[in-house]
Amino acid sequence: MRASLAGWAFVAPALSVILLFFALPVLAAFALSVTDFDIYALADPRNLRFVGLDNYIGLLTNPLFWKALGNTLYFVVVGVPLSIAASLTAALLLHSKLARFKPFFRTALFAPVVTTVVAVAVIWRYLFHTRYGVMNWLLSLAGIAPIDWLGDPHWSMPTIILFAVWKNFGYNMIIFLAGLQAIPEDLYEAARIDGASWWKQLTHVTLPMLGPVLLLVSILTMAGYFQLFAEPYVITQGGPLQSTVSVLYMMYDEGFKWWNLGNASAVAFLLFLLMTAATSGLLWFARKRGVE
Amino acid sequence: MTTSLRARVCVACLAMLAGCALASCVRPQGEAKATTIRFWVMGYEGDMVAQMLPEFERTHPGIRVALQQLPLTAAHEKLLTAFAGNALPDVTPLGNTWIPEFAALGALEPLDPWLARTPGIVVSDYFKGGWDTGVIDGKTLAVPWYVETRIPFYRKDIVAAAGVKSTPRNWGEWRTAMRAVKRYVGPDKYAILLPLNEPEPLLNLAVQQPEPLLRDGNRYGNFRSASFKRTLRFYKDTFDEDLAPRVDNTRISNVWQELGRGYFSYYINGPWNISEFRKRLPPELANSWGTMPLPGPDGPGASVAGGTSFVLFRSSEHKEAAWQLIAWLSEPAQQVRLHALTGNPPPRRAPWSAPALANDPYIRAFHDQLERAVPAPKVPEWERIAQEMRLVGELVANDRLTVDQAAAELDRRTDKILEKRRWMLEHHTLPGGAR
Repeated sequence: MRASLAGWAFVAPALSVILLFFALPVLAAFALSVTDFDIYALADPRNLRFVGLDNYIGLLTNPLFWKALGNTLYFVVVGVPLSIAASLTAALLLHSKLARFKPFFRTALFAPVVTTVVAVAVIWRYLFHTRYGVMNWLLSLAGIAPIDWLGDPHWSMPTIILFAVWKNFGYNMIIFLAGLQAIPEDLYEAARIDGASWWKQLTHVTLPMLGPVLLLVSILTMAGYFQLFAEPYVITQGGPLQSTVSVLYMMYDEGFKWWNLGNASAVAFLLFLLMTAATSGLLWFARKRGVE
Repeated sequence: MTTSLRARVCVACLAMLAGCALASCVRPQGEAKATTIRFWVMGYEGDMVAQMLPEFERTHPGIRVALQQLPLTAAHEKLLTAFAGNALPDVTPLGNTWIPEFAALGALEPLDPWLARTPGIVVSDYFKGGWDTGVIDGKTLAVPWYVETRIPFYRKDIVAAAGVKSTPRNWGEWRTAMRAVKRYVGPDKYAILLPLNEPEPLLNLAVQQPEPLLRDGNRYGNFRSASFKRTLRFYKDTFDEDLAPRVDNTRISNVWQELGRGYFSYYINGPWNISEFRKRLPPELANSWGTMPLPGPDGPGASVAGGTSFVLFRSSEHKEAAWQLIAWLSEPAQQVRLHALTGNPPPRRAPWSAPALANDPYIRAFHDQLERAVPAPKVPEWERIAQEMRLVGELVANDRLTVDQAAAELDRRTDKILEKRRWMLEHHTLPGGAR
């Protein structure tokens, strides 16, 4: 009894912070999401209506919400594996004993992470310009017809994914690099003595040893990628034909552009549920595979 | 030397302090009663109006103006937050599309009594559409500071080379001119730029029609009307005939350069672009561009009266002083000054006879157009409806919807957005002047 009391006392500070800055806002957002709070309610409280689950029903019957959800899932499903693969590849190359100028490359590959999204997005817009962009010029050298990267609704999301992967892979690369350095060298030695090829060493030594790091990186990346907003906001403004509107983008429009805070909270809450489910799913999968 | 000087200054200071204390330090008359008014101005005008205020303070002893500049992108949010926190300034030029919103919040002071005793603001001297923007349910809530509207900028040389003899005045003539330009410039270039992510081109063409965009006291969308469909068809045909590229403005790296290269020859935009084109077009093209009134369906047409208008906030404690600032900035002489500083067209006719405006060929077309400008529908939800209009317009331009489907879809979306307005009108809880 005593011991448990002491335990509670020790976690109390952390717990109160979590309650204050996590549980309370979530509850408040939920409360807001069952009303139609907007500028009229700001002017006169009589205009605040309790609408129950109408905001949620309205969203689930709104084609734009499904479109935004589809766009976001597209971004997550393609972007997360691509991003992790890029990070892992870069980390393996940097970790290789054959690599020269390691500090230089480490810095160079990490540089996109610390650049400002807005500034870089402007440059990317030029790189991917249909008529003047470097990308289409390179393609033309290979004899490929110009692609309307940001103007064709089929190409806009792939371009955004490419941008996000390039912008973010350096961060995970550093984490992977730390993970690689923690793998004992004698495991590789033993593998080599057993005659394992480079590929066998990768799949049977490196990847299993990186398991916990992979899990961490997957969760962090997925949580980040679900919150897609800044990239389409600065590059395409959600267009063309709303092909790059994400769930968070929709929430921003509802809440901060049109001041329908009730609706915006409902969007936020749905996104929260979705992310919780996706993360729990990933953890369950990892637990089943014995990684943790 | 410096030491003794400093000592002497110190002594003088002390003496003054003592004298002050003895005489209980009566400050000059004007200073004592000085009222400080808080004046928020957004955007470029905020920087420029700062140069005009010393003159106001000199001619109005007893009034001090505390100017605060707001960035354009954050202004709306900041004003709404200030309303929620009861921290609004005394006076501000409000974007014309925001007036109905702040009227609905009940934040604006009705100005009719103030206008009645201010002969300097001659209502009949103002362009009708611009003035009407600030009149909501019969009450004047705003006085225009500057107006803007959208008209075509165009390449005179290309249009002439394409064989267009006279400036088009209606849609039919304009369409013929655009076809001629397209034939002349070839498949890689276009006649007009209508950026798909800007609501203004379609909106300005839509307000030219006789039937209103909203119906039943602004309770429902009226986009299924024959006249809106006519606008949408004109818009769609422009893309279908390949007269306009299907692009948004994020993909035009530089509109000035592209007009210079002749990528398009007509471009519907606002008065601020006059100085931009002067500055950015290469010198050899200096005489090759012009502005023209917006052609309408059957002759010179209307356009939306944008810009900003002064409002007095109900919460202000210095309305008298703030009103004096509004009256002063509305004087023709000050409006000419503002035009010189910013290039903005004045909202009343008197300043237009000043040489700077009368002799500027580019701004004359705006004068002509402003006589026909009309307000956008005066409901707080309008900006959002205009945005939906743009999205539906984009779908139509890309052949995802037919004109009839688009009109029905736009009505459906608009009716949903106006649901709360209808509920409030029914329950008589719509606050402010819009009751």
